[in-house]
Amino acid sequence: MASFGSFVLLVALALAAWNLLAGAWALRLIATGQPSAVSPERLADTARRAGIAGFWAVTAAAFALIWSVFTNDFSITYILEHSNRALPAAYKFSALWSGQEGSLLLWAWLLGAYGFVLRLTHKRDVKLYAYAGAILAGIQVFFLAVLCFAAPPFALLRGAIPEDGNGLNPLLQYPEMVIHPPMLYLGYVGFSVPFCFALGALMMRYPGEKWIKITRVWTLVTWLFLTCGIFLGMHWAYAVLGWGGYWGWDPVENASFMPWLTGTAFLHSVMMQEKKGMMKSWNVWLIFSTFLLTLLGTLLTRAGLVSSVHAFAQSSIGTWFVVFMGIVLAVCIFTYILQHNHLKSDHHLESLVSRESSFLFNNLVLLAACFVILWGTLFPILSEYVVGNKVTVGAPWYNAVAIPIGIFLLFLTGVGPLLPWRSTSLRAVRRNFVLPSIALWATVIVCLAVGVKPWKDGAFDQGNFYALVAFAMSAGVTTAILSEFLRGAGVIARQSGRNLFWSMYLLVRRNTRRYGGYIVHIAVVIVVMGLAGAAFNRNVESEMALHDKISIGPYTLENVGATQDSNANYNSEYARLDVYKGGTKEFQMTPEKRVYLASEQPQTMVAIHSTPAWDLYVVYEGTNPDTGQPIIKAFLNPLVGWIWAGVALMAFGTLIALVPSLKPAAQKGGNSVAS
Amino acid sequence: MQALALAAAVCFSLGAGDAGSRYNNLNHRLMCTCGCAEILGECNHVGCPNSTGELNELRDGIAKGLGDQQILDGFVAKYGAVVLAAPTTHGFDLVAWIAPFAVFGAALLGTILLVRRWSIGSRQSATAASDPAIDALREKIRRETDAV
Repeated sequence: MASFGSFVLLVALALAAWNLLAGAWALRLIATGQPSAVSPERLADTARRAGIAGFWAVTAAAFALIWSVFTNDFSITYILEHSNRALPAAYKFSALWSGQEGSLLLWAWLLGAYGFVLRLTHKRDVKLYAYAGAILAGIQVFFLAVLCFAAPPFALLRGAIPEDGNGLNPLLQYPEMVIHPPMLYLGYVGFSVPFCFALGALMMRYPGEKWIKITRVWTLVTWLFLTCGIFLGMHWAYAVLGWGGYWGWDPVENASFMPWLTGTAFLHSVMMQEKKGMMKSWNVWLIFSTFLLTLLGTLLTRAGLVSSVHAFAQSSIGTWFVVFMGIVLAVCIFTYILQHNHLKSDHHLESLVSRESSFLFNNLVLLAACFVILWGTLFPILSEYVVGNKVTVGAPWYNAVAIPIGIFLLFLTGVGPLLPWRSTSLRAVRRNFVLPSIALWATVIVCLAVGVKPWKDGAFDQGNFYALVAFAMSAGVTTAILSEFLRGAGVIARQSGRNLFWSMYLLVRRNTRRYGGYIVHIAVVIVVMGLAGAAFNRNVESEMALHDKISIGPYTLENVGATQDSNANYNSEYARLDVYKGGTKEFQMTPEKRVYLASEQPQTMVAIHSTPAWDLYVVYEGTNPDTGQPIIKAFLNPLVGWIWAGVALMAFGTLIALVPSLKPAAQKGGNSVAS
Repeated sequence: MQALALAAAVCFSLGAGDAGSRYNNLNHRLMCTCGCAEILGECNHVGCPNSTGELNELRDGIAKGLGDQQILDGFVAKYGAVVLAAPTTHGFDLVAWIAPFAVFGAALLGTILLVRRWSIGSRQSATAASDPAIDALREKIRRETDAV
C-alpha cells in the first residue's frame, strides 16, 4: 500500500503540473490570438480534465494512508509514529491529520476537492474558471511536491518493524480533534478558491464584478468552516488542556485567527465593490493577504519559528513554505502592477458618516487587529534578530493591546447597519442612535448596581472595566440591530396586515444576505458577552481527603472516593465528587487522569457542568506523592456557554445569508413593500 | 490638582494588595519554562517538571518581602527574558507596545483624511454639475427615505 500511495501521489503531481502548464499555455494562446497546432480551447479542456483526474489520484493516496492506519502497517514511519493497535477507530481516522505528512496530504486532498467542484462548474464562466483552475493547479503542484519530496507520508521504516506503534498524541484523543482540524483546513484551503478567482480576474482584466458574485458562496462557506474550526479548537483547549481557559494567544491559534480577520474584512468590503464599484484594489489585496496568511499559519505551525502547544507538528519544511510564499507574493505584486489601472473605483466616498465609511473603518479595525496579532506573534523573532534577546509575547500583552481594538470593532458592528449609504442627516443619526444609546447607558447603570465595577479594593480593575464596556456596548449593539429588524418588519406588517413574526420572516427572506449578516452580528455580541464573563472567573485548588469539601460560588464539592479503570488504550483514575447546591446534592462529577499505554503520556480529562450562567469546571490534577490524596482544582467560569451558543447562531446566520433571497418576481404582484 | 492627586492614588493603589493577590498577579506575569508556552499561574498539565518549582520560588520571594520588580528581575536573571509573559516597557521591548497603537493611529488618521478628501472632491463635482431639478428630486428622495 505504501508503494501504491507514493505512486498515486507522483501521478497527482504530474497531473497538477500538466493542468498548470497546459492551462497557462492555452490561456496565453487565447489572450494573444497566436495561431497554434492545437486548439487552445481543447488544450484548456485537457488541463481541466487533468485537474479532475488529479483529485481522484490524491483521493487514492489519502485512502492508501487511511487503509494503512486501519491495517496497522507499521512499516510506514508515519503510521508507526501516529497510531497503535489499540487506538479506537475514530482516532485511527484522525491519524490522517495528526502529523505533518498526513495533514499536508489532507490539505492537498481538500484543495483537490475544491478544485474538483470548481472544474465541474466551469460552464458558469469558462474563461475565468480556466484562469482560476490553472492558478489552483499551481498551488496544488506546490503541496504535492512537498508531499513527494520533503514530507512523504508513505516513507518506509528502516530496520525491524515493531509489533505496535507509538500511539496518537494523547492531546489529540478527544472527539473534537476528529472534527476541528478538518474544519480548520476546509477554511484554510477554501480561501485558495477566492484567491485564484481574484488573481485570475486581475490577470484577464475581467470586466465587471461577476467574479465577486461567483466567489461569494465560496468565501462565505470557507469563512463558516474557518469560524467553526477556530471555535472547535477553543472548545478542545477548554476541555482538554485543563487550565480553565479557551484561548491562550498561542502562535498557532493566532495563525488561524489572522486569515479569519482578513477574510471577515473581505466579506464586508466586497459589498462596497458590488454596490458601488469601490475598493477594488483593496479587495484584491485583502484576498491575496488572506491566502498568504493561511500559508503563514502553516509555516508557523510547521517550521518551529515560534514556540507553541502545537509543537508536535514541527519539522523542517519551513523553507519550502517561505519560498512558495515569496513566489506567490511576487506573482501578486507583478500582476497588480501590470493590471492596476483596471481596478479604478467607479465612485468615491461622499461622507465620513455613511455606510460606506463604516465599512472602511470596519476594514481598518479588522486589519489593525490582524496586524496586532501578527506583530505579537512575530515580535519574539524580531527581538532575537535585532537585539539578540528572545522575549515572550503572551496573554497580558494581547489583552492590553487587542481588547481595546476588539471593543472598537464591536462598536462598529452596531453602528454600521444604522448608517445609510452615501451620506446621512444629523436628524437621521439622532433618531437611529437614541435607543441604542439608552440601552448602553442603562446597562452601565445596571452593571454598576449589581457590582460589575471597574475598581476592586480601591484599585482600578482592568478586567472588570473591559467587561463593563463590553456588556454596555453589547446592549447598545443588540438594540441597534433588533431595532433594524423591527423597523423593517413593522413596515411590512403595516402594509401587508400580517403579524410581526411573519413580517420578520418575510423581511429576512427578502434580503437573506443583509439580515443573515445581522444575525451574525448578534451572534458576535453573544460571543463577546461570553468572553467578557472571563473577568469574573474564580478558582480554588485543594488536596482533598475522603469526605473533604471545597466551595466555589453556589456549589460545594465533596470527595466521595476515587476509582480506576483501564482498557487496551489507557489506564485512568477518576475522582468522584458529589456536588451540592443550597445543601442539596445536585449531581456527581468525575474528573479523570489518563495514562496512555502506547506513549506512556498522562492526560487530564476535565469534568464540566454547564449552565447558561456559568460552567463548573473541575480538574483532577493527580495525587500528592506524600499523602496519596487527590488534588482537585475547581473553576467557576461565568457565561462560557454563551460563546458556544453564539457560534451556533453565527453558523445559522451565515447559512441564512447563503440562502438566495426571494426574487421580486416571486413576490405578489404590486407588493410595494418589496420595492 | 485634584485630578493629579486622584491619578497618583490610583497608580499607587495598583501595586497594593495582600500576598495572595500579589502571588496571583505575579504568576500571571510569568511563563512556565517547560516549553508548554502557558502562563505560569495557568500551567497545570500533569507531570510539568518546572511549574511547581517556579511557583515555589515565587512564594519564597513574596515571603521574603521582595518587591514585585525584584521578584521578576530574579526570574529573568535565572531563566532569561522569555520567562516574562509580556515584553518590558524599556529598550527595544518598548517597540512591541508602541507599534500597534502607532500603526492603528496612523491608519485611522490616514483613512479620515482620505475620506474627507474624497467627500470634498465629490461635493465639488456634484456642485459643478448641479441641476436644480435633480437636486430637488434627490432632496425629496432623502426626505422620504429618512421617514421610513
